[in-house]
Amino acid sequence: MARNEKRRLPRLSRGTVFRGALLAVASVLLVVPAASYGGKKGVEKTSATSQLQVFSWWTGGGEAHGLEKLIAIWNKQHPGTPFKNETVAGGAGTNAKAVLAQRLAAKKPPDSFQGHAGAELLDYVKAGQVEPIDFIYKKYGFAKIMPKGLISQITYKGHIYSVPVNIHRANVLWYNPAVLKKAGITKVPTKWPEFITALGKAKTAGVIPLSLGEQWTQKHLLETVMIATIGPARWATLWKTGNGWNTPGVTLALNRYKTLLTYTNSDAASLTWQDASKLVADGKAAFNIMGDWADGYYRIDLKKKPKTGYGWAATPGTGGIYDWLSDSFTLPKGAPHRAAAVLWLGFLGSRRAQDTFNPVKGSIPARQDANPKLYDTYLKWALSQWKTNKLAGSLTHGVVASNAWNTDVDTALGLFLQNKDVAKFQTSLVNAANKNT
Amino acid sequence: MRGVRRWGPGLLLVSPSIILIAVFVYGLIGWNLRVSTSDWREANRTNGFVGLDVYKELRTDERWSLDLRHLFLFTIAFVVGTLVFGWLLALLLDKGVKGEGFFRSIYLFPMAVSFIASGIVWRWLMNPAPGDRASGLNVVFDKLGVGFLSNQWWQHPEWGALALALPAVWALSGYVMALFLAGFRGVPEELREAARMDGASEWRVYRHVVFPFLRPVTLAALIIIGHISIKVFDLIVAIGGKQIVTEVPAIYMWVLIYDARDYAKGAAIATLLLVGISILIIPYLVYTVRQERRT
Repeated sequence: MARNEKRRLPRLSRGTVFRGALLAVASVLLVVPAASYGGKKGVEKTSATSQLQVFSWWTGGGEAHGLEKLIAIWNKQHPGTPFKNETVAGGAGTNAKAVLAQRLAAKKPPDSFQGHAGAELLDYVKAGQVEPIDFIYKKYGFAKIMPKGLISQITYKGHIYSVPVNIHRANVLWYNPAVLKKAGITKVPTKWPEFITALGKAKTAGVIPLSLGEQWTQKHLLETVMIATIGPARWATLWKTGNGWNTPGVTLALNRYKTLLTYTNSDAASLTWQDASKLVADGKAAFNIMGDWADGYYRIDLKKKPKTGYGWAATPGTGGIYDWLSDSFTLPKGAPHRAAAVLWLGFLGSRRAQDTFNPVKGSIPARQDANPKLYDTYLKWALSQWKTNKLAGSLTHGVVASNAWNTDVDTALGLFLQNKDVAKFQTSLVNAANKNT
Repeated sequence: MRGVRRWGPGLLLVSPSIILIAVFVYGLIGWNLRVSTSDWREANRTNGFVGLDVYKELRTDERWSLDLRHLFLFTIAFVVGTLVFGWLLALLLDKGVKGEGFFRSIYLFPMAVSFIASGIVWRWLMNPAPGDRASGLNVVFDKLGVGFLSNQWWQHPEWGALALALPAVWALSGYVMALFLAGFRGVPEELREAARMDGASEWRVYRHVVFPFLRPVTLAALIIIGHISIKVFDLIVAIGGKQIVTEVPAIYMWVLIYDARDYAKGAAIATLLLVGISILIIPYLVYTVRQERRT
């Protein structure tokens, strides 16, 4: 064996190493600041000429279409303040809210941003990121033309922080008339006992009595059952004061909910709300409870005819109650073009804007003076209901509970779905209320 | 002065990396720790120090226990599945088949598919719809006459997490196979020959000669799969969405920070995930460094 000679690698001269090291340090010092600018692409410096930056998640379907119409009107009325549409797609606003949170924290807010009216905006209000807009309501007289219940439910500590553009209804029972006929259900149920009977008939007829989707739709179902059982006045108290969760009324509601779940499809967790609606449209399910955005899905996507291919009613026990939710716009603190933002909010609350946007979006105006001729079959019914119904704010869509409280309810509901223990469910809801009030 | 001249240039060369890692990795880990011991919730940014209160709160949080249970089941199925399949595939390929390179690529390919993409496909495959609405694997089982295999997959309240591991096993068995194949090939042929000459059957050769050599490889595979499993997030979201029936700690952290705005609790979960992974990785790193020093 030859002698193991240790082969030395050729040594770099010290000068080369020093130069290499300096190059490395210099390149890092250049790259890091440049990379950090990459993230600020979406934010422009306030330009000398005026413009209106509006942030929303209306990127598809009827909402984007409706927004475009509003933009067209705005640009015609305010040629010197062009509309800058800053939308973020995805997930019913979850991406948008994350981007918005960053911009607000970096003190670079848009001129106005979309949010669900009600408690969901509380995070922004408490962080001092939005201005109260009572003066806009006074100037344009919105309080006179929007329902009192709505105004009181979006007022926080005496101030209002957003202008609602549209109203959706969450407590709608969708059904397939042909399936009901086949199952021998002669009357659409309006009360709880009738509902259970009808569900039983559907089960015997071999269809899914009540189609259901993933967890958030199950929360949606829960809120309609609760409102039906305890009524809108006590519903409002539950959320405003945090009291009343430990009452027999709530126990009854939770037990009814448990019963209702036995009439639903076993694969609910793997269905989106559209899948659950489609089960009704395809005749595989009798009933489905979903917000009235389902109307657009039945009518446009599934091409079903209203009243013959699909039907609707208030969910059993909630006749005369409007379980509402609303998209609204705010005035952020430090808005770069505040004057334009104020004009925008005034415009949004006007009859013209709301009657332009809503027929296309598939919702109704928050104002009560809409022109019914512009709205289709379902919405005409919704308009008449909005004029007379009592109001109950939606839980699932951010009216009555803040994000944190909503997450606690999610936890309680998710655990209930695993163990079906009503007493435990009620206790967790009581604790969630105490934690968040 | 002589000493600095020797290691000075080297230090200068790696100093940018050191600074970047110090700031963006360890600095942020420290910041995360700081947030997890504060009371920062929603807009309440008081940064008051509350010690380990948030961690204590997690200990009694039933949702957290459920997540840990899901993660535990997922990890067991994931680790056992990849080790068994990876080992089997490596054993088969070790024999030296024709077109071994081709088969190796096929088995390794699933690892290149993103978890989101494979998650969505597996979501379809593992569709739990019953009866005449069945689709995916359930309907395949029915048609093949093994209908009793139809089940609720990831929706099952007790064992659903095991089904979640299927796409992960599919994706990473090839990687473990590559590790084991290298392990098999690392066994000196003389030892195998010697055993055969002593009259051992092929199986005994494997059992007593080859497998003991595989212990370090098995350990490496265990560590890598284990640490992927603790962090798993995108696969579960692609399959189960944002639902508690499939939730794992990483998803709970995401919900807490972006929905509930409970930054302290989210940071606490992040720290716990880091601790969990460190418990796996650090001893392993120490072990390998010591091994390298010895050789």
